[in-house]
Amino acid sequence: MSAPPAIVSGMDTTYAIHAEGLVKRFGDTTALDGVDLAVRPGTVLGLLGPNGAGKTTAVRVLATLIRPDAGHAEVGGFDVVRQPHQVRELIGLTGQYASVDETLNGTENLLMIGRLLGLSRRAARARAAELLERFDLTDAANRAAGKYSGGMRRRLDLAASLVGDPRLLYLDEPTTGLDPRSRNEVWDIVRRLVADGTTVLLTTQYLDEADQLAGEIVVIDHGRVIATGTPAQLKARTGAQTVTVRPAFGDELDRVREAVARVATGPVDVAGEVVTAPVSDPGALAKLVRDLDEHGLSVAELALRSPSLDEVFLTLTGGRA
Amino acid sequence: MTTMALRNTATLAWRTLVQIKHNPFELFDFSVQPIMFLLLFTYVFGGAIADSPGEYLTYALPGIIVQNLLFATLNTGVGLNTDISKGVFDRLRSLPIARFSPLAGRIVADVIKQAWAIALLLVLGIVLGFRIETGPAEVLATFALLLGFAFAVSWMSVLVAMLVSEPEKVQIFGFVLLFPITFASGAFVDPDTMPGWLRSFADVNPTSILADAARGLLSGGPVAGPVTQSLLWAAGFLVIFAPLSVRAFRRRI
Repeated sequence: MSAPPAIVSGMDTTYAIHAEGLVKRFGDTTALDGVDLAVRPGTVLGLLGPNGAGKTTAVRVLATLIRPDAGHAEVGGFDVVRQPHQVRELIGLTGQYASVDETLNGTENLLMIGRLLGLSRRAARARAAELLERFDLTDAANRAAGKYSGGMRRRLDLAASLVGDPRLLYLDEPTTGLDPRSRNEVWDIVRRLVADGTTVLLTTQYLDEADQLAGEIVVIDHGRVIATGTPAQLKARTGAQTVTVRPAFGDELDRVREAVARVATGPVDVAGEVVTAPVSDPGALAKLVRDLDEHGLSVAELALRSPSLDEVFLTLTGGRA
Repeated sequence: MTTMALRNTATLAWRTLVQIKHNPFELFDFSVQPIMFLLLFTYVFGGAIADSPGEYLTYALPGIIVQNLLFATLNTGVGLNTDISKGVFDRLRSLPIARFSPLAGRIVADVIKQAWAIALLLVLGIVLGFRIETGPAEVLATFALLLGFAFAVSWMSVLVAMLVSEPEKVQIFGFVLLFPITFASGAFVDPDTMPGWLRSFADVNPTSILADAARGLLSGGPVAGPVTQSLLWAAGFLVIFAPLSVRAFRRRI
């Protein structure tokens, strides 16, 4: 007898998700133009980009919903094109496009998925009740999902993607259109899942969200990866930090501006009574403080801050967010 | 694998049927509307078309059932298209389930709804004075023939659903196609009264043929001809539209 068929697991399990050179075209539009991604198990990768950057297309390829035109991707060691069924056994999908059935109530939505995943009727019911409880939807269990608020829908959607206890969760813009409170709730849920060991691929157009949740960020634009790194690395990549000084006395504004100009690495900006300028030398702040002191200038406010991811993003995409 | 496909299909059929509980309007769609048609044709037009409403009912009931059945095949396409446009399909397809079970589940559920609508119209017809002149075997055969035909035609609706962007377009397409097909037929009146060109169309129209088959099976009369022709039409729909639909389904999703 020949060797038994190997348990078809991929070659490389260092990464929960590993994609190389993904290309996807829709007619004349190139949605993905050679995207590489690598997500280590138990981490959150934030896929960041403006609308139409190719984020959703990337998720759809990795969720086996569409086939790439070129390139290769493995999820949990399984090839998304050749072993879609095995990939589907590992993943949960939530997002702007994967949705709950609006005509079914909360319980029925989860029951349906439990049954589809092979749970017995009783087990599916128990799982549905447990998830509704966990996501604070017990009171809405018997209401049609179409009547849920945006936040409740998103929670039900998340619950639906968790019925099968997936090791990998794809969150496609999970908080788009949510109010700040609902958004925080979704963030808390994601943090708890990650703490329990779930690997998360998160797409978002909110830099804040990527900053809050992701350990590593991939910035894509026009279907290409334009930057990769931790939030801190990305912020550092643009180099400059910003120093902000507010003179204590208005008539010293010009002299303060001159002092700031001596440490600045770019144009000094004066808005009202506040002077701001980019600096990159780590000793710039100390130098500025000494300089101000030597000139007998007092300040009401003095701050050095890292650029926000928004600024990073604008720099990376050439000002087109 | 097969057991899984059957289980998945049953779950998804359940999902489509349980919707009725929450959306009674759907029930309205496939039962109240045909009932109104039945009453309208029997009492408003019946006396003018035939000698009496009762006599007309005997002729028209099978026709009304067939017309309703053809329009109801649109539900399959509308439902599928809604699932696709609302993202429910993506969720289903991200699950490790049998690939065609979302399609199969929808079709099974819709055949069950069709059976309900046929039974309802038949019972109401009997209340209004329709008499079944044949036996239980013929009644069962009528159901089987009608449901088989509905199943075959629903593939056309599936194909349209795969090709258009919104559920409303399935409805519009279906209406534009089905309105002339169901009315320019022998479903409601004897085609002998129509102008020659229309009569030639009505005579080969599958609506007429299926209505004739149902008439023969329920009221007695020629059966072999119309039943055979109905089966041929159904086979034709199936052979043409099922492969096209499956191909479009694979492409679309």
